[in-house]
Formats: sequence, C-alpha cells, structure tokens
Amino acid sequence: MFLKEYISDVAGALKSLFIGMKRTGYYFTHHKEIITEQYPDNRATLVLPERFRGEVVMTHNENNEHRCTGCTACELACPNGTIKIVTKFDINAEGKKKKAVDKFVYHLELCTMCNLCIQACPTDAIKMAQTFEHSVYDRSLLTKVLNKPDSKLQEGVE
Amino acid sequence: MIEEIGTTEQGDLIINVGPQHPATHGVLHLVITLNGETIKKIEPHLGYIHRSIEKMCESLTYRQFIYTTSRMDYLSSHINNHGCALLVEKGLQIEVPPRAQVIRILMDELTRIASHILWWGAMAMDLGAMTPYFHAFRERELINDIMEETCGARLTMNYQVPGGVMADIHPNFQRRVKDIIKQLYKKLPEYDELVTGNTIFKARTQGIGYLSKEDAISYGVTGPSARASGVSCDIRKLYPYEGYEKLNFQEVMHTGCDTYSRYLVRMIEIRESISILEQLVDNIPEGDYQAKTKAVLKLPKGEFYTRVETARGELGVYVVSEGGTTPYRIKFRSPGFSNLCALDHMTRGQKIGDMVAIMGSLDLVIPDIDR
Repeated sequence: MFLKEYISDVAGALKSLFIGMKRTGYYFTHHKEIITEQYPDNRATLVLPERFRGEVVMTHNENNEHRCTGCTACELACPNGTIKIVTKFDINAEGKKKKAVDKFVYHLELCTMCNLCIQACPTDAIKMAQTFEHSVYDRSLLTKVLNKPDSKLQEGVE
Repeated sequence: MIEEIGTTEQGDLIINVGPQHPATHGVLHLVITLNGETIKKIEPHLGYIHRSIEKMCESLTYRQFIYTTSRMDYLSSHINNHGCALLVEKGLQIEVPPRAQVIRILMDELTRIASHILWWGAMAMDLGAMTPYFHAFRERELINDIMEETCGARLTMNYQVPGGVMADIHPNFQRRVKDIIKQLYKKLPEYDELVTGNTIFKARTQGIGYLSKEDAISYGVTGPSARASGVSCDIRKLYPYEGYEKLNFQEVMHTGCDTYSRYLVRMIEIRESISILEQLVDNIPEGDYQAKTKAVLKLPKGEFYTRVETARGELGVYVVSEGGTTPYRIKFRSPGFSNLCALDHMTRGQKIGDMVAIMGSLDLVIPDIDR
C-alpha cells in the first residue's frame, strides 16, 4: 500500500513538472509572443500617452507669450512647495501698475507629479510634459524657471 | 530586546534577516531566534523607511493629503486614495456622480488584479521559481498601460479627488479593459499550470503557516490572508461603499488556514475582480465625472472614519477635524501592519526555509507597514 502511494506520488509530481515545463517550452519556441521592449533602443518609437505626467512646463505661443497671470493658485495647491512664483509690477499703457509674473520657479527635485497645480490653474498656463529622463549631474540643474526670458502675458488673459 | 547576532543562554542562534534581503520585499528587518532549523521567535523591526506620512498629512489640505497615501501601499494606491476621498466626501456630504462611482470601482478592481498578479509572481519567486515573475509582469504591464493612459501615472496615480475622479476616462479605456479581460481569461490557466498544480509548490505551501480563525481575528488579520482562515472580512460585502452592493460577486473564503489556501483565495479573487469588471465595463453611466466642490474644503468639527478593502485587507482612515482646512490628526489603519503581527505566531515551530513562504503568503508591502 505504501509502495503504491509512493509511486503514484512520484508519477503525479513528474506529471505536474512536465505540465509546467511544457508551458515554459512553449514560450521558448514562440519568439513572437515576447513582449519585452529594448529601452533605450526604442526611444525613437516610444510614444507616451498624452496624459502622462512627466514634468510641469509652461506653454508659450509663437510670439513668446504665456498665459500665467501670477495668481499663485498653483503655488497654494502644491503639497510639496515645488512651485515658487516671484511677481513684479508692470506699468501698462495707461500708467497703471499691474501684477505680473517675473519668475515661475519650479523645483523638479521636489515634484511628485500629482497634477494638483494643473487642476488649480484658472488660465491653463501650465501643463504636464511627457518627458521622463530627468537625470542630471548636478542637483541645481533641476531648479527651472518655466517662463522664457522676455516672455509676456498673452492678450486677453485675466 | 535582542540586537546582535550571537547565541542566547539556552544556546539558540540569533540571526538577522534584512533589512537588505531579497525575500523581505523591501527593508523589513526580522530578528529570528533559531533552535537548530526551527524558529522559536521572530521579532520584526520597523523604521527603515518611516516617512511620517500621518504627521505630514496634518500640514496638508484635504485635497493635498490624498496623494501621500499612494506612497503607503503602492500596489493598491488607487484604493488608498479612494478611502481618503470617501472620507472627505463623508465629512462634507458630497454626492458623487454615478459615472465617477463606476470609474472608481473599475480602477479599484484593476488595481486589485494588478496587485494580486504581482503577488503571484513574487510568491513563486520567493519559492525559487523565476519564470512566473515574468509572466506576471506581462499582464500587469497591460493594466499599468491603462492606468498610464487614463490617470497619467503608472503607480502613484492620484486620480481620485474629493467629489469624483480627476479626469474623464480615456476614449480607449473600455476597449483596453475588454482586451485585458480577454487576455486574463486566456492566461490565468497558464498560471495554474505553472504554479498552482506544481508538486514542489504544493509541498512547500500545504500545511505550513497555520493560522486558525480565532487567531486571525485576535491578531486583526484582514484581507485575503484572513479569508483563507474562514474569517468573513470583505469590506466590499460587509460595509459596501460606492455601489459595491449593486454588484454580483462572491466573497472568496477558504478554510484551509495554511499558506496554500491563502494562495488559492487570491487566485480566485482575481477571477471575482474580472467578473466585476465585466459587469461594469459596458455600463458606465453618462454624466459628470466630478461633483462640483468648493475651492477650499473645510471638514466640520468632529471625527470621521471610513474603510475600504485594499488588495491586502482593510484600510481605515481616521481623521480628527477642528473645522479648519487641514486635519488635526490623521491615523491610517493599514492592513500590512496587522498582518505582519501574525507572522511570529504563524512561524513558531516551523523551519527557517518555510518562513519565506509564510511571509510571502501574507503579501506584505513594507511602506504600508512602516508609514
């Protein structure tokens, strides 16, 4: 009785191992089902979804104009203090003082890509870019000024 | 407390497993007292990745604190965010639109499937099988692609906001979910072929790590680990939230109480989650994806508690509010911590080689234990 059980155990074990090895062998012989992508060789063909959150960027149009009014809604919405907005006072054509953004400082090293600043922005001035290779040699390079030099507020954005 | 390697007065050997050990899936440090190969005592040491999330949340507003919970149990980050969003909605009595509710459940179940699939691969790898890990990542990658397309991130989504979800679903979402359902039905039998019926796997898991129903309750074990001991603890069934009561699914229970039954419960739970996806994917109601909320959220004075069923068990979110924009105190009842507490009881008298299998079957995620 003991011998019979022992032999059936061994037979069952061999059968289960064979079933598993058959599955492994199947993938060994079917190369087309391999789904691994060879990064970074596939950089040229790599398409990230448009909603992918890589880093915060500010959109500028062809006249070097942005839509940021310097309202600091994003600064208040950010949980990590990633965004610091330095404002200045512009004097417009009528001689009135008007608040405008001087420097939109963005600390990429503090950012967790939570998208709360984008949601908070009332004028759609900032958006998420699809970049993801953020490695640099020096930490200070991660602190960025998002508004381009000499850029202005777009007409009609309040 | 025993701190260093050596022997006790009784001649027992003390060894440290971790904090840098591949079998602990993170930085868990176990001080094990051994008598020969038999485990006499396990003492888990925590604190290697403590980020004081609860304290951090006290300085964040009710919109901001949700993102930190993705960093607790990163494999079910959606469900963690869900629990926090539910709490804010409960406090402010916000009605969530039906479309947002359905999207939330779909995302939760996708997260649960992804988490269980990854666990399946990691469990098999703990026991020495390398192939299943790659099979698991194949399917998990498809789910991550769905998350990436709709939520914008693969792991720390931050997609659930008070009042609904952050953005509407991507136009491809429904087609992609149907694809993944088809793919899983095709590939789950392969999982069973590779691991479930395997003799070596059975021999290493059956009858090991016994946790009786009474012990599971007294240690506060929840989730699939407790359901394998016959404890009915599925929050989705017992305290339904977000319309889970309208869905047709089973609470998976097993009475084996050992490592193998914990494995089986999770494998059946994947199939239950797929059936939930099937019921909802074609029935997403039209309408808003987010309720209109005030710009500044202020919870009324008082105490609030919500619970959700994550892939590992019950997550409780407890907030004391003083009526301001930030919580006065936040406490997360994380499933991993209670499940880890039962490890010492389950491993006593077992062999050191089985410790890895028992720990793997608890599905521990260390950042969840050590917030």
